[in-house]
Amino acid sequence: MQKLVVIGAGMASGRVLEHLFETDPDAYDVTLFNAEPRGNYNRIMLSPVLSGEKSYDEIVTHDDDWYGERNITCRFGERVMGIDRARKVVIGEHGEAPYDKLILGTGSDPFIIPIEGHDLPGVISYRDLDDTNAMIEASGAPGGSAVVIGGGLLGLEAAAGLRLRGMEVTVLHLAGHLMERQLDEAAGYLLQKDLEKRGITVLTGASTKAIRGTDQVEGVTLEDGTEIDAGLVVMAVGIRPAATLAKEAGLEVGKAVKVDAQMQTSDPDIYAVGECVEFDGTLFGLVAPLYEQARVLARTLAGEEDAFVVKQLSTKLKVTGCDLFSAGDFAEGEGREDIVFRDPARGVYKRLVIEDDKLVGAVMYGDTADSNWFFGLIKDGTEIEEMRETLIFGPGFQGGAAADPMAAVAALPPEAEICGCNGVCKGQIVDAIQDGATDLGTVKTATKASASCGTCTNLVEQLLSVTLGADYAGQGAQPVCGCTDLSHEDVRRLIKSQELKSQPAVWQELAWKTPNGCHVCRPAINYYLLADWPLEYADDPQSRFVNERNHANIQKDGTYSVVPRMWGGLTNADELRAIADAAEKYAVQTVKVTGGQRIDLLGVKKEDLPAIWSDLNAAGLVSGHAYSKGLRTVKTCVGREHCRFGTQDSTALGVQLEKRLWGSWTPHKVKLGVSGCPRNCAEATCKDIGIVCVESGFEIGVGGAAGMDVKEVEPLVKVATEDEAEAWVVAFVQLYREHAKYLDRAYKWIAKVGLDWVRETLSDDATRAALVERFDLSQSVYQKDPWAERSDAKTRRDYAPLADFTLEAAE
Amino acid sequence: MNWIDIGALDDIPLRGARRIKTQSGCIAVFRTADDEVFATGNRCAHLGGPLSEGIVHDRKVTCPLHNWVYDLETGKAQGADEGGIPTYAVRVEDGRVMLDAAALARDAA
Repeated sequence: MQKLVVIGAGMASGRVLEHLFETDPDAYDVTLFNAEPRGNYNRIMLSPVLSGEKSYDEIVTHDDDWYGERNITCRFGERVMGIDRARKVVIGEHGEAPYDKLILGTGSDPFIIPIEGHDLPGVISYRDLDDTNAMIEASGAPGGSAVVIGGGLLGLEAAAGLRLRGMEVTVLHLAGHLMERQLDEAAGYLLQKDLEKRGITVLTGASTKAIRGTDQVEGVTLEDGTEIDAGLVVMAVGIRPAATLAKEAGLEVGKAVKVDAQMQTSDPDIYAVGECVEFDGTLFGLVAPLYEQARVLARTLAGEEDAFVVKQLSTKLKVTGCDLFSAGDFAEGEGREDIVFRDPARGVYKRLVIEDDKLVGAVMYGDTADSNWFFGLIKDGTEIEEMRETLIFGPGFQGGAAADPMAAVAALPPEAEICGCNGVCKGQIVDAIQDGATDLGTVKTATKASASCGTCTNLVEQLLSVTLGADYAGQGAQPVCGCTDLSHEDVRRLIKSQELKSQPAVWQELAWKTPNGCHVCRPAINYYLLADWPLEYADDPQSRFVNERNHANIQKDGTYSVVPRMWGGLTNADELRAIADAAEKYAVQTVKVTGGQRIDLLGVKKEDLPAIWSDLNAAGLVSGHAYSKGLRTVKTCVGREHCRFGTQDSTALGVQLEKRLWGSWTPHKVKLGVSGCPRNCAEATCKDIGIVCVESGFEIGVGGAAGMDVKEVEPLVKVATEDEAEAWVVAFVQLYREHAKYLDRAYKWIAKVGLDWVRETLSDDATRAALVERFDLSQSVYQKDPWAERSDAKTRRDYAPLADFTLEAAE
Repeated sequence: MNWIDIGALDDIPLRGARRIKTQSGCIAVFRTADDEVFATGNRCAHLGGPLSEGIVHDRKVTCPLHNWVYDLETGKAQGADEGGIPTYAVRVEDGRVMLDAAALARDAA
């Protein structure tokens, strides 16, 4: 009888032994080494053990009787120190074991980030039963809290298990969304939402700096300075194939132990299976291919021909209630198309990836009932052309109609408030319609609904449509773009009412038709989110047009213009000298005085931007935001200080306003003017906000423009003091920020909502103060000089080409 | 095919792009939301706008100058606009972006 030694009692080697004894019980005399003091158990069921849904006994796959019946020599709890290939013996801690054939099933080791504190007691990985028991023990203390580092499969299962055992759990994940290797942003968002519903805190983009504690772990410190207290830290950031033993034995090792399709290593008498294996450049972590390897190896050992091939894989998360499925390749590749289905009400997201009329990948969340069918289509490479239209609805599709977009409105109770401005509820509007109102105008007259800010216009139209049915032919608001049927007003309203605080949240909850929007909706959504949730939402540069992303105006030849801020149009000799020096140093093509009382340096190369900004910063100059949908300039005249007609210090007021407003993002650009007397030398009456000073105070007008349309401001209010003027201006800007459609200048927005509503709203002292407060809160985040923030080495690298082959090629 | 390492995948922003300079003009290298990477000529077929500065959505880019939209796989302009940009073979290996060397040796576009 040949001697077979197996190192490692894992899922793969256990399966090899099963197959082997099924085919030929008398072929081998087996010795099984395992560093863990126990035999084979179902490692992927550790999560149910952790959560308490299963016990260890239930997940044992081979017990003592099983080994005994097959005369397997079990050397559990004994480490293997080496392999002597010349003598064909395995050297264990307690003695040698000779072999004719050897199987390496050494599996993998958890990857531990070598940060400060990683070796403290209470920091554990999540690989085996001992880890699981340690976690169960730690969760026993009342009021305990745990941090799980790593939001992949294993980390989330650990987090869910610990939460079920009553711990406060925080998951730290480095990438932007959970399980980023298996899920896309939308599915990652839904997963995070479900976990948060269970009371698990999830921090994405979270980089761990150190683990705190002296004798025992006490907490975790993040790179951004956040401190989280925890008595238990679980590291689940990844695994590494355990290939040291093979390497020391002189076997061929790449990222792991290299094997051929028969699972044979570079030594013909040594085989390897499982996570320690590298085949054709691929590593393995999920159970399906491991079982396949085990089958192939058992047949090889029995002298039969077989070959291992890499197949498509699918992933499911074993967290009760989080239904997700991911299979195939939905990422890298060319020539592919997406089919996306979202049902926000049920929290469902499905995405199919199609290539050459075949399904090549699928991501599903919330409803995975059809996942096996889709996985079958992927594995079999089925032609899907004929069922393409209905494919995403799954195998049971019976030709049903698409979901009714009116259903949500129809389902509202009569007392649901539709028009917040005028306190009109659904019942009143329906009554008005039943009493003869047939369109928006008559509803407005009868109930005042949608007569003020107008954001509920679509809801009222939908009510007309639902109530009147086919009799109603509404104008229908324009959708934002092809990615959605919703209008800007709808999207703004829903972002606020549903508290949507990220782009994936908007895409999912509002049923976007594309995976991640387009150049029309992305900048708008980015603006709405940062305006409504200044603290919670992080601005996304990749959803901004080039000028705002690069903080400079792109010119037709691809160069940029640089405009430093000149507060109220004031400058001095030092600033002018710095501008002149910069113009020379960076070979500026054109220096031009702008209409907004400052100086434009045109023709600067992108890679020079961080350097020229840094030079100008050094002279005290900051970005003029000449490129932004935000505050541009405050144009002033010299006012009372010099002018014989000046009634107030218009220059100082202009500077004061510019210092308060700069850096704020608005739906479109905002220009101000402050004139010292009605002669209006600062041309204040064609600005978005214009102030004309008179002897008795300040006349504030709004809604002026001198662009595609020329508009004169309409008078908003007259106030007596500079402080009042400033408060009214700030409150007006904030009202505009909160309500206007993206890319509507102030005059367009005022035309929609009516100046009366704007004036009425701002006239209320409490409302005005609240608007000012919200503006200041936003400024605490966004009033930062983008030049100063971009003077570091990283920005310089980012603004330079990724690679430059012009020099090398010339050599 | 001869592959040239042009940089780390992480140096290209997600849903963004970087450009690389060659003897015969710039090449734009895009990274989509799903970590796919595409390489095309950097000049828009319309008026030469730098495509590496456009907004990347799905597998498309929108030119920053006049909103022409290109399919990154085929290089074809979308919708009513007619025209196209050259595309080049590019792939990711161990987190590094590898560009087909032929892209560097191409004729000036």
